[in-house]
Amino acid sequence: MTNQPVLQVDNLKTYFYLEDDRVARAVDDVSFTIYPGETVALVGESGSGKSMTGLSVMRLIAQPGKIVDGSITMNNLDLLSLRDREIISIRGNDIAMIFQEPMTALNPVFTIGNQITEVVRKHKKLSKQAARQKAIDLLKMVGIPRAEEIMNEYPHQLSGGMRQRVMIAIAISCEPKLLIADEPTTALDVTIQAQILELLEELKRELKMGLLLITHDLGVVYEYADRVMVMYGGQIVEHAPTKELLKLTKHPYTEGLLASIPNLDEEVDRLGTIKGVVPPAYQFPQGCRFSDRCPHVMDKCKESNPELTKITQDHDVRCYLYEKGGNDK
Amino acid sequence: MYQYIIRRILIFIPMLLALSIIVFALAKAAPGDPFTGKILDPNVNPEVFEQQREALGLNKSVPEQYVNWASRFAKGEFGESITYKGRSVQSLISERLGNTVRLGVFALFLTLIVSIPIGIYSARKPYSPLDYAATTFGFMGLAIPNFFFGLVAIYFFSIKLGWFPSQGSIGGPGMEGFSEFMSRLHHLVLPGITLGLAGTATYMRYMRSEMLDVLDSDYVRTARAKGMSERNVLYKHTLRNALIPIITLMGFEFGTLLGGAIITEQVFNYPGLGTLFISSVINKDYPVVMAISLFLGVAILIGNLLADIFYSIVDPRIRYD
Repeated sequence: MTNQPVLQVDNLKTYFYLEDDRVARAVDDVSFTIYPGETVALVGESGSGKSMTGLSVMRLIAQPGKIVDGSITMNNLDLLSLRDREIISIRGNDIAMIFQEPMTALNPVFTIGNQITEVVRKHKKLSKQAARQKAIDLLKMVGIPRAEEIMNEYPHQLSGGMRQRVMIAIAISCEPKLLIADEPTTALDVTIQAQILELLEELKRELKMGLLLITHDLGVVYEYADRVMVMYGGQIVEHAPTKELLKLTKHPYTEGLLASIPNLDEEVDRLGTIKGVVPPAYQFPQGCRFSDRCPHVMDKCKESNPELTKITQDHDVRCYLYEKGGNDK
Repeated sequence: MYQYIIRRILIFIPMLLALSIIVFALAKAAPGDPFTGKILDPNVNPEVFEQQREALGLNKSVPEQYVNWASRFAKGEFGESITYKGRSVQSLISERLGNTVRLGVFALFLTLIVSIPIGIYSARKPYSPLDYAATTFGFMGLAIPNFFFGLVAIYFFSIKLGWFPSQGSIGGPGMEGFSEFMSRLHHLVLPGITLGLAGTATYMRYMRSEMLDVLDSDYVRTARAKGMSERNVLYKHTLRNALIPIITLMGFEFGTLLGGAIITEQVFNYPGLGTLFISSVINKDYPVVMAISLFLGVAILIGNLLADIFYSIVDPRIRYD
């Protein structure tokens, strides 16, 4: 890809300063780029730092969290150096975000129309009338029937899938260059999931947005993502184009994730699991953060954390097994 | 909605009936009647008292007396006061009601204009020095009994500093227009602050915790993600939701306000329903006691009903049908 990236994140560190002087390194030295019209998936278990990465890009990290280092660049603009007043004009305008829980993400006491029009009125300075028309068009665009009536309804009158469509309508209302979708379908049932993802895919193509898809569903990744970043312990442990990652899996953690998906072609009694749980972000093991759960752990892994290393043109992995660029496991 | 309101009002009837029975029984359970404890005038033949008792029906059994009272009350005849000879209960109450309502409204107004802004500030800057100060003030306000605060206020602001009158509701007779208004307001300051104090603390704590809760909610994060200004996030998306429980609280506090007024009015010798109520209880002036009790009962029930109605207006998720 030769064009300009829509988003470039370099060495991002977001730490949470907890009580009794513990520091949770929720996002620890993460770098990635997203190009226009591209879907990049960020996968990992709960607590691996995916959502925090998304929120950091939005600069929506709340106390006691803080972005301590790194840079986030969009159109040659360093988002981290912007003042609060300036970032407000970027949020919802150039970068938009949709969240996991459509049931609670809309304000229960305002109408759908009110919640859409306030965005376009703020960022696009539309008149009341124009904003209303724009909102109706947006609702139609995201496939909501009876758009005019829905404008005057409240969130509790809509189903989960419909609410997520409204959230998407709000997110794309100002034609953002980047859309961050934080587990947009986790709370929805399976048939609706596919519809919502199709819709996102379609809108992404139409508006030439970059899409950062945060998910733990590898089925979704396989279907929609161009590239995948696997996150563990606040760091990216493997990064590759989707097909390559699924076929030539390198990192033991990615392997573990893939082994835990049911395969319809094979009959197995038990799905694979990764033993243990994600360590809390203030208590990573010394050395490789996956070392205490890794089936291939070596002495070296317990001493120092490996770097994210390029092993082929577009495949990076953070593991000592591939230190010499080889494939020795 | 209308059906709901009508249903709620119909439920008032059995509740008030139960209330009247309980109050009547309690009033009668106290020993004596309006004539005991009075210094017996040596010129009056004790038989006259006996005749009076007979005339007022005080010699009948308690249930019989209740039925007599209730049947007249239901017809709208609230009777005459025993202590204030020849005054109808109605005129006694209506003469004092205005003062009590003024006091209650003034106290509520003070409570709201102090507690809501402080509550919002505390939620925006939790654990800041001002938040701690407000919390401390809040717990002190809750812990200090009304009557004690009233006495302290009288001591400092009326006796020592002479800023405000220590009793009464108006400076003197014959006042009109603006000077009447100012005189009444002047008399309201100390009892108003006293009555509003505990409420201020409660509302402040509620406002703070509600704001903190809502600020933490998903839809506030959405509003921020939409690029809304901090002002919009705070006063549109957060405040509207945080006020919902406050409205419920106002409905419940309505009763506390009138109840608290009884003590406050006594401390400030303020001629409202509260002072009338206490003197009636002491004098065993049953018709007045019963009428005021039922009046307060209706006021509390209406307060709750209004809270429910307002609740459905601010929160579209609530529908009564």
